[in-house]
Amino acid sequence: MRNANPARETGDDFRSLRQARGRRHTLGRAGLYLLATVMALWVLAPIYLITITAFSPRDVVREYPKQVIPREFSVESMDFFVNSTGVLGSLWNSVLVALITLVLSTIIGAPAGYALARFAFKGRDPYRLVILSTRAFPIVILSIPLAVTFLTWGIYDSIYAVALMHTALAMPFTVLITSSIFVSVPHDLEEAALTLGCTPLQAFLRVVMPLALPGLAAASIFTFVLSWNEVFAAVILTLQERTLPAHVLGVLTSSPPHFRFAAAWFMLAPSLIFIFLIRRYLLGLWGRISR
Amino acid sequence: MANRAKWTPYLLLLPSAVYLAVFFAAPMAQAFGLAFQDTDNNWSLDSWRIMFSDASFNEALRTTLVLIVVIIPIQFVLAMSMALVVNAKLKFSGLWLYIYAIPLGISELAAGIIWYAVFTQQGWLNSFLQGLGVVERPFIFLSYENQGWLIFAIVLAEAWRATSIVMVILVAGLQGIPRDYLEAADVFGASSWQKVTRVILPLLRPSLQVALILRIILAFQAFAVIIAIAGQALTVLPAEAYRWYQDYRDPHVAAAYASLILFLSIASTILVLWLVPTREEQLG
Repeated sequence: MRNANPARETGDDFRSLRQARGRRHTLGRAGLYLLATVMALWVLAPIYLITITAFSPRDVVREYPKQVIPREFSVESMDFFVNSTGVLGSLWNSVLVALITLVLSTIIGAPAGYALARFAFKGRDPYRLVILSTRAFPIVILSIPLAVTFLTWGIYDSIYAVALMHTALAMPFTVLITSSIFVSVPHDLEEAALTLGCTPLQAFLRVVMPLALPGLAAASIFTFVLSWNEVFAAVILTLQERTLPAHVLGVLTSSPPHFRFAAAWFMLAPSLIFIFLIRRYLLGLWGRISR
Repeated sequence: MANRAKWTPYLLLLPSAVYLAVFFAAPMAQAFGLAFQDTDNNWSLDSWRIMFSDASFNEALRTTLVLIVVIIPIQFVLAMSMALVVNAKLKFSGLWLYIYAIPLGISELAAGIIWYAVFTQQGWLNSFLQGLGVVERPFIFLSYENQGWLIFAIVLAEAWRATSIVMVILVAGLQGIPRDYLEAADVFGASSWQKVTRVILPLLRPSLQVALILRIILAFQAFAVIIAIAGQALTVLPAEAYRWYQDYRDPHVAAAYASLILFLSIASTILVLWLVPTREEQLG
């Protein structure tokens, strides 16, 4: 008689099983949130520490043991850094190099991206493969021979030398990213514009460009950050006309701690803003081109 | 008209192809030229001989390899955890992704200085340890005598800075996994761990492969982070290339170092393709 009502019994079993699973599920969820928070703190804590260090007065920077809660806000260290010899000049160089890189790599790379996205032609896949394989190329191997070449061209130790090198580095990204952006603009719209009497150029400028613009802007910002952060090529290709990271690296060992920390924050801050601006595109930028 | 359309894609590709030929292919060939020639442009192995017999060479090679072997697994475990968290449909999922992606924009040099601030004698780590009573006076982590601590500091800095790129690639890969597969695993009563090891990881192979290759090649070029943290106390292959070019004014030996880095990068790419084959390669 024990199994008089098997259906009900299994029902109970199911319910308790589900409850047990539910409890485990809630626990698992809580664990996930904990893990997520710990990893977020791991990323954010060093940024917090460098920020409070960079905005502390010089004697607090030297103080030991250090306090996690800042007592005094001061731009003394930052002021010292910005007004040190060579910093403003190298900052200006960095901005110029990044802008030239951005313009050059877009002008040269975006048409290739468009071609890869819109046309089926012989050699399309091999070209894509070449671009893919140049994506993570040793910057070291390009910098040294290019330094020798630029010496003979007479542009060694100039912002153009660094910008040309950075463009070569950014080019694969620009081609792949723009290609994926143009792929995501529906071809039908372009064809409709052609049917309605647009020339191919008009269709491109009036229909494709407006739709592709946000993605292209994100790609440009990404290129800017790439150039802003690059240091090896910059330090090899210049002696006087340094970019900001190259200048900081050059004087690093001979500079006091508060200079170093202010420099780190100064190089970090624009990147944080830029990454924030393109946060919605990050997955697309990196995810798509890795396929 | 038809003829023009046929040539259009090639015209569009032309500028980038020319640019890459001039600033990519040519310098690469030139690097080998420099490495295998002496100062009078005669073919010779002198630069390689000088490089191999240089006092710093063994240390540079060893440190570079040790760093890669230690850093890469840490980065992948961390990146995988981050990617799974981002993909777990928690609240504020966009926020988690953004936070984990922040280091994408942080330069090697800035990251190096930040971790220098942590590990330096009067830095955050010593303040923390002294607060806990673990040490009585500040411990000197970053000195030539403490190679282990130098490596440790650099590993943390690189794990902090360069995990994001792996994370983003893995998140993109995870989003490409059909939800049906995971639901099917649920139906069969798979635990979360089983889902990760039996369903997600195998399907994530292509992303893992790409991320591994990218990360290893980039790790061979790590340079500023090491100089910022260790100064002269530790050296790696790119730092030696820089030293030979800048301090000794010898582009030939510098080019030999550069060629060695390229060779090691290619070798490890082949190794990854062989160790982590994707489906197509397994079949082919």
